[in-house]
Amino acid sequence: MLDRIKDDTAVAARNVLVEVDHLKMYFPITAGIFRAKVGDVKAVDDVTFDIYEGETLGLVGESGCGKSTCGRAILRLYEPTAGAVRINGRDVASASQDQLRKMRPAMQMVFQDPQASLNPRMTLAAIIGEPLDEHTRLAKADKLARIYELMDQVGLNRNFANRYPHEFSGGQRQRIGIARALALNPKFIVCDEPIAALDVSIQAQVVNLLEELQDRLGLTYLFISHDLSMVRHIADRVAVMYLGRIVELAPREALFAEPLHPYTQALLSAVPEPDPNQEINRRRIILTGDVPSPANPPKGCNFCTRCPAVMPICRQDEPTYQEVAPGRFVACHHYANTTMTAGLTAAAEASGQNASGTKTPTVPKGQGIQQGD
Amino acid sequence: MTDTAPLKNPQFQAEAAARPPRSQWWDVWDQFKTHKGAIVGLTVFMLILVLILIGPFLWRVDPGFVELRMRNKGFSGAHPLGTDQLGRDMLARVMAGGKVSISVGLTAMSLSILLGTTIGVLAGYFRRLEGPLMRLTDLFLALPLLPLLLLMVTLFREPLSKSFGPESGIFLLIVCAIGATSWMQTARIVRGEVLALKEREFVLAARSIGTPSRRMITRHVLPNVLSPIMVSATLGIASAIITESALSFLGLGFPPDFPTWGRLLFDAIDQMQLYPWRVILPGVAISLTVLSVNYIGDGLRDALDPRIRGR
Repeated sequence: MLDRIKDDTAVAARNVLVEVDHLKMYFPITAGIFRAKVGDVKAVDDVTFDIYEGETLGLVGESGCGKSTCGRAILRLYEPTAGAVRINGRDVASASQDQLRKMRPAMQMVFQDPQASLNPRMTLAAIIGEPLDEHTRLAKADKLARIYELMDQVGLNRNFANRYPHEFSGGQRQRIGIARALALNPKFIVCDEPIAALDVSIQAQVVNLLEELQDRLGLTYLFISHDLSMVRHIADRVAVMYLGRIVELAPREALFAEPLHPYTQALLSAVPEPDPNQEINRRRIILTGDVPSPANPPKGCNFCTRCPAVMPICRQDEPTYQEVAPGRFVACHHYANTTMTAGLTAAAEASGQNASGTKTPTVPKGQGIQQGD
Repeated sequence: MTDTAPLKNPQFQAEAAARPPRSQWWDVWDQFKTHKGAIVGLTVFMLILVLILIGPFLWRVDPGFVELRMRNKGFSGAHPLGTDQLGRDMLARVMAGGKVSISVGLTAMSLSILLGTTIGVLAGYFRRLEGPLMRLTDLFLALPLLPLLLLMVTLFREPLSKSFGPESGIFLLIVCAIGATSWMQTARIVRGEVLALKEREFVLAARSIGTPSRRMITRHVLPNVLSPIMVSATLGIASAIITESALSFLGLGFPPDFPTWGRLLFDAIDQMQLYPWRVILPGVAISLTVLSVNYIGDGLRDALDPRIRGR
């Protein structure tokens, strides 16, 4: 525990590269002949977090919780409804198009579907060279040299330069996408489920490549994924999203060892264990019901409709997103105005009861998820 | 310094020399050559072009020379393709008519493709322009074509003839009239394609790079909507030639004594049962041109698509 706190303070002392401040991304719903606005899909609803220089922040959550939208809104591929995103102290969310264009080299993105994210009519050299065309004035030979350098960095054979995306395998295409993101020496890269569309053996290669590039070039990642074991492998800190909000943000070890928010507990209980003995003891917290519509989120806490530890207050008031321990943020009434331990026991009792359903005593926190760190 | 260092690396130089990124157009030509239909089409179209461009210099008979004693003659040495109802030489008229018809077809098609693609891309790409531009397209689709053409011809024939001379004035008028009334289909097809394309991730990727809209359109959107544009272009040539002949027939186009393929066709229809070849000749010429252009377009479309190329 002490170690962890030390770690956390060390993290806090580092420079903040990306500040996301009350970011909101609503998509309007229109209806009727006159396309009148009747509501909003609150894809990202008041999200606040920081990303430190050189770290990897994992962003996890189930499908449709707003992870990708959040990543895209941070890079202003969508126009955010409200809030600010500061990268290196400069606000991206409110910059004019000209200013934004000058900021683009510092922030790049790796996309989920490597097939769809490459223009089928451009050669590999043209795809990797596009950012160079847009932001640098290199001579033809210098540009080619830089393209070859990037291809070497991501492990692509130089002879592939004239080929088209359809001639590559999924893993190779993702490498092209990574090379394109690296072309302008960015500081911050949003990896939007970069491995979700890949075969498991290729996933490892791509993740290792991302880690290696991070070490070599000092990159900062926002790693969006729904693959918890992969996030556990690559991320330094992990943020958990549910229905457009961040419910918990904590350093990796702390989060996987003792998840605080009931949703995080349920999410982590779904990770299978490689060890069969541990797997037998794994208690899955099975949530009932469906995710509410982001167009019509429930009153109070977004998770109150499915929470195993729901309290009356959860249906009334929105929980505040607060730091309950150094570096650990959580938005849950169980931890409001209490010390961390009290909250911990409360949540643990509640989840223990609900998970087992019957007389099984409360499962010690984190058992079955703890090992392997 | 670091950027130029790899250039001095001999291995790098060798590889770069072995396979420098070559122009895409060589690949396109290589693929085009493998398309049999396209090569045949190209050959036929070239032959037709040679015939109508160089033919008049070899066969020096005035297509407008009326010789009433020689009316309705069959194939002979003096008139290889016979004569028409006024005794004019058919070979000379087919060659002269082809020049007009093909240039009207190509120019009107280019104009309508240019208009249609521009409006389609703008309407599809910029949400704010979509409403007005598509309503404009609907408006043009709803306009009665014939009264519109009549109006255009009566309004502009005189001033255009005055400023550009009677022939090129009418040519300009007809090309503009056909171009301005046939771009709507292209615009709608292109807009649909662009709308779908705009949501693709590579467009998002280009946005994240900071590519401005104009280069987004030229680099990512246009190359990917090339196939439907190519198809409507090849079909457009055919319909432009036909429309021109219909206009001439109605007396709205070129003057009656001015030969075009459409005019030859309509002149011959009265006596079709007596002299069928006078219909068949321009008909075959129109069909061959349209068919060969369609095949060229087909081959070009395949050659421009890297996914098909190399198969």
